Amino acid sequence: MKFKVDRKTILTLAAAALLLGLSFLAENYLDDFQIRLLNMWGIYIIMVVGFNLIYGFTGQFSLAHAGLAAIGAYTVALLTLSPEAKQLSFFIAPPIWPISVLQLPFFPSLIIGGLLAAVVGYLIGAPALRLHGDYLLIVTFGFSEVIRLLLVNLPMVCNGAMGLKGIPQHSTLPLIIGLAMASVFLVKRLVDSSYGRAFKCIREDEIAAEAMGVYLFRHKMLAFVVSSFLVGIGGGLFANILGTVDPNTFKPYLTYAIVTMAVLGGVQSLTGGIIAAGVYTIMSELLRSVEAPRTIFGIDFPGIPGLRTLAFASMLLLLILFARQGIMGSNEFSWEKIGLFFRKLFKRTEGAENREHS
Amino acid sequence: MDVSLFIQFLINGIALGSLYALISIGYTIIYGVVGLINIAHGEFFMVAAFLTMWGVLQYNLPWYISFPIAAIITVLLGLLVEKVAYRPLRKMKTSAFIGAISVSFLLQNLFVVVFTPRSKPFPHPALLDQVINMGDVALPVVNIAIVLVSGLLFLLLSYIVTKTDIGRAMRAVSKDLEASQLMGVDPNRIISFAFILSTSFAAVGAFMYCSKFPYVDAFTGVIPGLKAFIGAVMGGIGSIPGAMVGGFILGLGEIMLVAFFPELTSFRDIFAYLILILFLLFRPGGIFNVKAREEKV
Amino acid sequence: MNILEINHLTMQFGGLVAVDDFNLHLEKGKIFGLIGPNGSGKTTVFNVITGFYKPTKGQLLLNEKEITGLRPDQITSMGLTRIFQNTRIFRNLTVFDNVMIGYHLRLKSSPAEAILHTSRYKKEDKASRDLADELLEGLGLSKYTSEIAGSLPYGLQRKLEVARALSTHPKVLLLDEPATGMSVEETTEMIQFILDVRKDFDLTILIIEHHMQVIMGICEQISVLSYGKTIAEGTPVEIQNNEEVIDAYLGKG
Repeated sequence: MKFKVDRKTILTLAAAALLLGLSFLAENYLDDFQIRLLNMWGIYIIMVVGFNLIYGFTGQFSLAHAGLAAIGAYTVALLTLSPEAKQLSFFIAPPIWPISVLQLPFFPSLIIGGLLAAVVGYLIGAPALRLHGDYLLIVTFGFSEVIRLLLVNLPMVCNGAMGLKGIPQHSTLPLIIGLAMASVFLVKRLVDSSYGRAFKCIREDEIAAEAMGVYLFRHKMLAFVVSSFLVGIGGGLFANILGTVDPNTFKPYLTYAIVTMAVLGGVQSLTGGIIAAGVYTIMSELLRSVEAPRTIFGIDFPGIPGLRTLAFASMLLLLILFARQGIMGSNEFSWEKIGLFFRKLFKRTEGAENREHS
Repeated sequence: MDVSLFIQFLINGIALGSLYALISIGYTIIYGVVGLINIAHGEFFMVAAFLTMWGVLQYNLPWYISFPIAAIITVLLGLLVEKVAYRPLRKMKTSAFIGAISVSFLLQNLFVVVFTPRSKPFPHPALLDQVINMGDVALPVVNIAIVLVSGLLFLLLSYIVTKTDIGRAMRAVSKDLEASQLMGVDPNRIISFAFILSTSFAAVGAFMYCSKFPYVDAFTGVIPGLKAFIGAVMGGIGSIPGAMVGGFILGLGEIMLVAFFPELTSFRDIFAYLILILFLLFRPGGIFNVKAREEKV
Repeated sequence: MNILEINHLTMQFGGLVAVDDFNLHLEKGKIFGLIGPNGSGKTTVFNVITGFYKPTKGQLLLNEKEITGLRPDQITSMGLTRIFQNTRIFRNLTVFDNVMIGYHLRLKSSPAEAILHTSRYKKEDKASRDLADELLEGLGLSKYTSEIAGSLPYGLQRKLEVARALSTHPKVLLLDEPATGMSVEETTEMIQFILDVRKDFDLTILIIEHHMQVIMGICEQISVLSYGKTIAEGTPVEIQNNEEVIDAYLGKG
């Protein structure tokens, strides 16, 4: 028994090291566009597993993602821009103290962004998670929009609708991939633990869960706050990679994009979330190129704006009607399954060989 | 502020309130009958307006031909969406909502892609642009028209819901789906009827709204849709009088807020959302205290 | 010692008085029955005892500690657990998960420890798993450990529900119509099962039932409710011969 556990851990650590090593290589050998794709994939992974946690595993359909991501993003933006840069950027009104003088290195800013998002998540969740179903989703949607509108309407804090530009990029592909792996690890460990079992019971039947001793408020809040933290981190990385933030990035569309990815992958599957985040990133880029006008062989093709969202909306509709389970359903990747797969493969080839010889 | 200015704001507020009420009704009827928040309702509103505009701009139809055609198409679209996207998901609340979201984005961007992303002027009778001057007070005709038309529609709705068989059946389904089925009501028929009512009201609301705010694009339905939704929740989602009252108060309140606190204009939307949140947290049943479907222990 | 005491419990919903001045003094180790026609308030009493409703009036004591107004999970952690009338097992989870959840409330490790797999967490987790295995073994459910709960036949689902309740280490067990939907043989088995469980786990039991077989078979004391009021209390024999009870209810057997 003990030997098996060690083997799994070694495999996992080896895979993680491999991925990190690959990302170092990628940074040096891939072009900017491809690196950006990988970065976005990593960021979406972090956000999607956050949604898996609160909805797929705990059953609480929250639409607060965009607002929470905004908190992480703006925190990073405001803390990593130098005071001089802020004075220049703040067009409508000068930045207020302490934002005007504060500057922190990237990684602490990122963590603070995540923690702030977690705090806001706590403030939203405490009243909101008492509600169910429709009411919960409306309230969380409302909170998300209030956050965004505050960002638009408080120019002395965050430059309002003009947004912030010139955010210095500190993050690297290995960092993002590393954080993505850490997020998946965090959520997986939590979900596989006794607490995760409590989450699932809440999802299945809240009343029965409570009757079996599960303190609903504490557990829902745990899931929500951790989820908010992850979304905040994702938002912070977003700001860093894009170099700019503005309130328009954090409209409800972002939340729905994450929901789309989660449904595509299977809301109860982290593996599915990882895959779906990748699919979404690629599709998004492919479609973006169709949206812009281009000239092929001397013929001018006008861009088709709106095609991207149309494609995703159609995909989500088809998914929800015909393939609600998504790609992975509730299955997860595991070393055992890989082992089984290869063993079956070898058995078949052995069997074929034996039949040939006899 | 002087009296005439106040009266002007008031009239504007009443007009906007009536418009929101028309759209709020659409949300509440469907929620009451199917338990679904039809987040795509704003898009039906947009479709009616957009197609009316397209008929005039592209095919040179007069508005009184273009609008009825657009309205009919909108109603048919509503029935189609119900059949294809909502009916299969009736039992699964969250999936149904996700379905509604996708329909919403789908319609918006379908119109962007197929027609145009640009904002175009909305064709309406020139009469509505007139302004009657009563002393110091400027009274736009369109506001009068809005109040009259809305008033008529509210009366019509009242009649339908209380005096006709199908209206009563609709209320029965709203209260208790199983019991009404036992009484011989065909839920699909009633739900289709609810969608017809809902989209018709949205179409008329769209015409009036775009006569007042005369530019249309694929996203015209987003903000009125959202505001009307908040109004419906405020009044008590599922209750028709609730929707009328809630939508009306929200519209009126929005204008009066700007009237008395012009410096808070940009905070208008935040207030709307805050009202929504406060109602949901402390009085989810809304003004008319609609009972949520409780789970039995 | 009265392990469960209910004093002057009244439960009012708006204008409707669902339970009127209900009293109960439950001795440790006994099996107590609560009967009455549909709508007489029995399930309401259960819901108040287990914390799902806050009583309009009255006081509830568990092991002489006040539980009035506490949350359901708190009451469960203090040693009172209930089984629902319509089976509420976690259908999409495994049998094992269904039973393991009862040990969660005693977990001392924090979520951070659970994520990091500290040695304390690992010890606690192992201990819970061993207890869960033992419990399933003892109730004859071992071979279904990895099955999805919803796929079990009805009788086994009911057993699983009892197992799950037992995993919360209750001192008092509330059974809400445990023999619902059972044939005569199944009911006899269920009766024996309840008696065995009481003995093996040192329980005190409070039952709501309609099945006369169960009530007369194992209840030592009975209270009869009608329209929220207690119309009779006593031993099964006394109740059987009580005129008012017969009027209100017993004719239906």
